[in-house]
Amino acid sequence: MNAPAGTPSPRTLDPLDRLIVVATQAGLPLSPRPYLSVAEQIGSTEEEVLTRVRHMLADGVIRRIGAVPNHYALGYRANGMSVWNVPDARAGELGRRVGALAFVTHCYRRPRHPPLWPYNLFAMVHGKSRDEVEEKVRQIAALLNADDLGHDVLYSTRVLKKTGLRIADKEEKPCSA
Amino acid sequence: MAGLAPIAEADRNAAGTAALSELEKRLLDEYQHGFPLSPRPYRDIARQIDSDETTVIAALDRLTRAGLISRVGAVVTPHKAGWSTLAAMAVPPRRLEQVADLVSSYPEVNHNYERAHRLNLWFVVTGTDVLHVRSVLKAIEARSGLAVLDLPLVEAYRLDLGFPLQWD
Repeated sequence: MNAPAGTPSPRTLDPLDRLIVVATQAGLPLSPRPYLSVAEQIGSTEEEVLTRVRHMLADGVIRRIGAVPNHYALGYRANGMSVWNVPDARAGELGRRVGALAFVTHCYRRPRHPPLWPYNLFAMVHGKSRDEVEEKVRQIAALLNADDLGHDVLYSTRVLKKTGLRIADKEEKPCSA
Repeated sequence: MAGLAPIAEADRNAAGTAALSELEKRLLDEYQHGFPLSPRPYRDIARQIDSDETTVIAALDRLTRAGLISRVGAVVTPHKAGWSTLAAMAVPPRRLEQVADLVSSYPEVNHNYERAHRLNLWFVVTGTDVLHVRSVLKAIEARSGLAVLDLPLVEAYRLDLGFPLQWD
């Protein structure tokens, strides 16, 4: 398990950093010199792109670079967003323990919106079937024990849009369509 | 955008994992992070796994075309280079298609899922800053006439750092 990310602090990227992030998160070209292709696309040099990517990885702006798996296509058909109501004072400790479970891919604290939404801890669980996800949710419930004040599992029933997580270009305007 | 494709359709497009070569499995297992930061990254990967550059590029191309990986690229950390939030709406079922299309039409929306719950539409909005993201939520509320729950990350306990795949 990696160190908890804590509460992230915003960092100002300059326009070239931003162009590099947008270009690299969209997908590196599958050609022998992908950073050179990115550099040509944004009017920079291969060395500059590599240096800035290294810095952004070191600063944590970029979390990782690599193959981004499509869990669903790889057989993880059940995508369960488990949501938990845990005492606020214990959320940090409990979140770290739940986040340390190998089958939890994301674990975040988010605000409640009572009464419609009483949950403050989100843990994404991927499994090859709903039975598998439910078994994993039972493991989380057992770990939380008395701190589980209520939970639910929301399964996705349709993917309506999925593109790479991207930061918007400065120039990008909200769609007027 | 993907439109309202049911999950079963994505299923048909996927090649499945049974036909994956050992090389493809290794690329999936070992290169979800740590992609080389060098001028010839595919050649460096090839050296690490006893292959050659052309074969590695071809394998990654096949995995991408088959939909098993969405891309080889960077994954950014939430709130480090902008702002994002998870938003949810309770949409009357008869309006779901219309509202889902409205939501997906925004370039700031990159994930949009239907989920089995009274809050049945869940999407991620990213922007340059919190005001940009909130303006998108407000616009969706105004145009749909429905409330949007704003659920930004407060603290991260586990970020997506890749995922151990099980081959069976």
